[in-house]
Amino acid sequence: MIQVKNVCKIYKTGEVETVALNDVSFEIKKGEFVAIVGPSGSGKSTLMHILGALDLPTSGTYILDGENVGNLGGDELAEIRNRKIGFVFQAFNLLPRTSALKNVTLPMIYAGISSEERLKTAKEYLKMVGLSDRMDHTPAQLSGGQQQRVAIARSLVLNPSIILADEPTGNIASVQAEEIMEIFKALHKKGHTIIMITHESDIAAQAERVIQVKDGRIVN
Amino acid sequence: MEFSEVLHEAITTLTVNKLRTFLATLGIVIGIGSVIALVSLGQGTQKSVENQIQSLGSNLLTVTPGSQRSGFIQGGAGSATTLTFEDAKAIEKSLLGTTVSYVSPEFSRRAQITASGNNTNTQVVGVIPVYTEVHKVSISSGNFLTQYDLDGQTKTAVLGPQVVSDLFEEGDSPIGSLIRINGQSFKVIGITVSKGGVGFQNQDDVVYVPLTTAQKLLFGSTSLSSIAIQAKTEEMMIQVQDEVGYLLLERHKLSDPTTADFSIFSQNDILSAASSVTGTFTALLGGIAGISLVVGGIGIMNIMLVTVTERTREIGLRKALGAKRKNIITQFLIESMILTFVGGVIGMGLGILVSVVISKVINSPFSISGLSIILVIGVSGGIGIIFGWYPAKKAADLQPIEALRYE
Repeated sequence: MIQVKNVCKIYKTGEVETVALNDVSFEIKKGEFVAIVGPSGSGKSTLMHILGALDLPTSGTYILDGENVGNLGGDELAEIRNRKIGFVFQAFNLLPRTSALKNVTLPMIYAGISSEERLKTAKEYLKMVGLSDRMDHTPAQLSGGQQQRVAIARSLVLNPSIILADEPTGNIASVQAEEIMEIFKALHKKGHTIIMITHESDIAAQAERVIQVKDGRIVN
Repeated sequence: MEFSEVLHEAITTLTVNKLRTFLATLGIVIGIGSVIALVSLGQGTQKSVENQIQSLGSNLLTVTPGSQRSGFIQGGAGSATTLTFEDAKAIEKSLLGTTVSYVSPEFSRRAQITASGNNTNTQVVGVIPVYTEVHKVSISSGNFLTQYDLDGQTKTAVLGPQVVSDLFEEGDSPIGSLIRINGQSFKVIGITVSKGGVGFQNQDDVVYVPLTTAQKLLFGSTSLSSIAIQAKTEEMMIQVQDEVGYLLLERHKLSDPTTADFSIFSQNDILSAASSVTGTFTALLGGIAGISLVVGGIGIMNIMLVTVTERTREIGLRKALGAKRKNIITQFLIESMILTFVGGVIGMGLGILVSVVISKVINSPFSISGLSIILVIGVSGGIGIIFGWYPAKKAADLQPIEALRYE
């Protein structure tokens, strides 16, 4: 389902070239739960941006669901992100002063789904992550773990091909982090493909497979 | 995403920072308000000038003497003494009843008037009875001059209300009392109704005497200062202008129209000249107010740029979740358009209010056209688009990763 072939990413700052990813190739199959681990500066964030269609590789190909993402323009990439990728960020990235329910409807707005349908779907997924009683709360009124559950609900509403989680437990107290991991595991059991970027080995250990990145290369 | 939702979301966002929204809108309120107020003031002035010119009489042609030429020396316009009562008679004889309804020969000059210790310097006009018909003069008390006064060269006078208030105490009736014009005694027989004149030709500050009295007894002249001719209809005015022109050329034994010792101008000429002056005046005022509108627009642009920077993370998130360029552009354009549109509507209300007050104070008619209202709504929306475009484009061009990383 995901094919990454000979992907390089080079950042240029003036005359200085930084190689963030150096000839990276791997595959991820449908339904896998993969952890991408590595120390900071290893290139794992860059890899996540490319997998998330937020950035394009300098060379090499990235094929998602049979589509070569490297050839697409800005609006087409936006559509790929909208339909095929569910993001869960370390910093949650919920809209401030906006209810949990409205936050969860956001991706559906850009998918052109009618407003009744949006509210119905959003309520279902908030129920699934155990927040039926907090739908009208704004992010400021929710704990870190609750905010991240809202973000997970948001990532799921359009039934994406992959869920891409970037350090999802990084900003959360450990008890709540456990709950978040339980949700991911449950999603994996239901057949979702999950890619999780983390630097914590105990979190990575809960995945099926671990891809280790170091100095822009895959080391295992 | 339906339009009503975009609108609702934009309004919600704008109400988060109320003071900033208010201040940004204020620039547009002042801009649109001053455009409306000043343009309507200009149009009011234009209308008042037009009304005043029309109150001088309708379908009016005025013949005035040209300049006197002796040898190489050219005198000022109106200095010639070539226009005579006989000219007026000839015009009346050949055109009255066909294309012309009235011919009014007039002789006017400024003179010193005294009465019961007060004195004033005003316009003394020698007239014949049809003057009231041609110039729409009505009498408020007493009578106007008659053919009898004309034939008998009586020393009778009809006063304009301004002269009455200059010469007589309030409450005194001047009818029957004596005034002195250039030292000669005249009996007041009537007072005209005020025309509310201001400016170049105040029709209230005038003394009417019989034409013959003015010419022979007061000023010792045989010429006329003007002949007013009322055409039967507006369409006939050009024809009358031609006919009178040829008649006078023939009478004055002139073959070349360029050497004519008189000139004929129609009320329409004056009207269009005055209109073009007041029109320029209105455009000037509108232009000055327009500058403040542009400044207001720049204020909107500034605020929208700040908003875009502040909400970089939000924009990044929206893009990551699938917002396309047009979604982001629409979102920010709608916000800036709401600012300018609301500002425009409030400014219009305020501008109308101010111009109503001004028109009351300076006593000119209040005038606002439906066109200018539509124009204001269009312009204020347009300003939102023009000044909101760059910030919106800037937002849409943000790279999602950069925007998500932004602190």
